[in-house]
Amino acid sequence: MAASTEKTIVVDDLRLAYSTREVIHGISFDVGRNEIFAIIGPAQSGKTSLLRCLNRTIDFVADASMTGTVLFEGEDVRRTRDVFALRRKIGMVAPLPVGLPLSIYDNVAFAPRCAGMHDREELDGLVERCLRQAALWDEVKDRLNSLGTALSGGQQQRLTIARALSHQPDVLCLDEFSIAIDPVTTMRIEDVLKELSREITIVLVTNLVQQARRLAKRTMFMWKGEIVELGVTEVVFSDEPADRRTYDYVHGIFG
Amino acid sequence: MTAIPASGERVRTRLPGRRPLTILGERALEILIRLSGFSAIFFVLAIFFFVFREAAPVLFTSEFDPKEFLFSTQWYPTSERNVRYGTWALTFGSVAVTALAMVIAVPFGLGAAIYISEFSGKKQKEILKIVIELLAAIPSVVWGFIGLTVMSKLIVTLTGAPVGVNLLNGGIILALMSIPIIVSIGEDALKAVPDSYREAAEALGATKLQMIRRVLLPAARNGLLAAVLLGVGRAVGETMAVLMATGHAVQIPHGPLDSVRTLTANIAAELGEAAAGSPHYRVLFLTGVLLFCITFAVNLTADMAIRGLRRK
Ligand SMILES: Nc1ncnc2c1ncn2[C@@H]1O[C@H](COP(=O)(O)OP(=O)(O)OP(=O)(O)O)[C@@H](O)[C@H]1O
Ligand SMILES: [Mg+2]
Repeated sequence: MAASTEKTIVVDDLRLAYSTREVIHGISFDVGRNEIFAIIGPAQSGKTSLLRCLNRTIDFVADASMTGTVLFEGEDVRRTRDVFALRRKIGMVAPLPVGLPLSIYDNVAFAPRCAGMHDREELDGLVERCLRQAALWDEVKDRLNSLGTALSGGQQQRLTIARALSHQPDVLCLDEFSIAIDPVTTMRIEDVLKELSREITIVLVTNLVQQARRLAKRTMFMWKGEIVELGVTEVVFSDEPADRRTYDYVHGIFG
Repeated sequence: MTAIPASGERVRTRLPGRRPLTILGERALEILIRLSGFSAIFFVLAIFFFVFREAAPVLFTSEFDPKEFLFSTQWYPTSERNVRYGTWALTFGSVAVTALAMVIAVPFGLGAAIYISEFSGKKQKEILKIVIELLAAIPSVVWGFIGLTVMSKLIVTLTGAPVGVNLLNGGIILALMSIPIIVSIGEDALKAVPDSYREAAEALGATKLQMIRRVLLPAARNGLLAAVLLGVGRAVGETMAVLMATGHAVQIPHGPLDSVRTLTANIAAELGEAAAGSPHYRVLFLTGVLLFCITFAVNLTADMAIRGLRRK
């Protein structure tokens, strides 16, 4: 395929409105293959809404209307024939973990099973690998059959990370994944992300600007539904970014 | 940012203390609530006691044999020479009609509940719910009437059975009566499952049917089980409709086209003609106790099943 050269995701003039209120005002950017792409920005700037446009989980909001195009591997996500497969290819970790009311094992095995994987051994291996990648395996390996919702907040969040990895996505979207996770574990997961980025593309929305700095090749600064600045992370975090507001935000003197 | 006082001084507001009268009022309310809670236990015990008191004397007479009562199919309460009080055929009738009703009502009822909660549009949902509530409001004697006339003719023409009032007829009528309960309680149970579960499942690439099967139904299973058991309760206890629709013949049925009689219908039909205080009268009350025990056993099983599921 021609499109498979560089760009995994190409967003062009994307607008999103909830009923009549537009919250994303025509933004365009692209994400390269196997890059870690960070999105930073203050609250309400539309970061979560943007992610939900990528894998069409925005469909769950009945009054949301989206215009413009989002291309994933050259295919318009809104024209895709199989939205379920699309969602498996673009995995999502939500900021508030929602453990499915199933056992820990079944939580992780959920997506593979939906995709038709039923071989017990294969599933066992996959579940273990995903839980290890999410830095959760050691804590839960002895109680895989207890309820996922009975884990602590941070553990549940890591469980959702394991779950998002379980369907082996091409793109992994992480929305403030570390808000309930302690710094040490966060570092472990960040290492895993770096490792993963050799094979998959990662879109990382984060409130921890330093996390973007540590991980991302490029960083996008969003504000009020628009892109203020998009560039190489070193530049965005330097003393002379292209936009003054970027400097203020990154240095915590925004407002 | 101006409202924050300089460090050191702390703003303190004194909360007014609670007045004695308020405290007394709260106590009284608490006691009242506790009483209404316990009154439920009281009423159950009282009802059981009175029914049992009417029945008890016959237990100690020579013509009564507990084994015959439970396991004999001979029900001749008014025989001159040889009175026999065997309720096995009646118990069997009750169980058979209820089981048949549930075989029909559970798939339809739960299916309808899933459709209403997950697939129907807003307007359609409103309409369906209203219609189902209407169905629940039809008096049981009207159902019996339908069984006796419409359904019975239908059964005779379709199956060629000699009589149309039989096990099948009663089962269908009871199913129709239990479905509204199963649907509305089942729908409540599904509605109680948070939307975030549905979205999380679908965000993982599950189709709607996969989401329903793997997430929704397990999450709502206690409520759905309760819905089914309320349906069972309704079917076991129903009297008028089964009296009219089942044919009222005391026998163990050999197929769905045989007539049967249920415990409830038997009591309703015979209590009026049994002289108060006679053995027949007392045995009918004992039949009531038996019915009570059956429903109690159903509820207890349900309770344990739910608890077992929860532990899993
Ligand atoms: N489901 C919804 N219905 C209506 N409006 C919404 C919905 N979700 C988000 N919004 C609105 O869209 C705007 C952008 O919200 P969004 O959650 O995308 O911001 P965000 O950048 O992720 O913020 P945060 O950093 O706080 O997570 C906000 O003004 C919000 O009120
Ligand atoms: Mg957000």
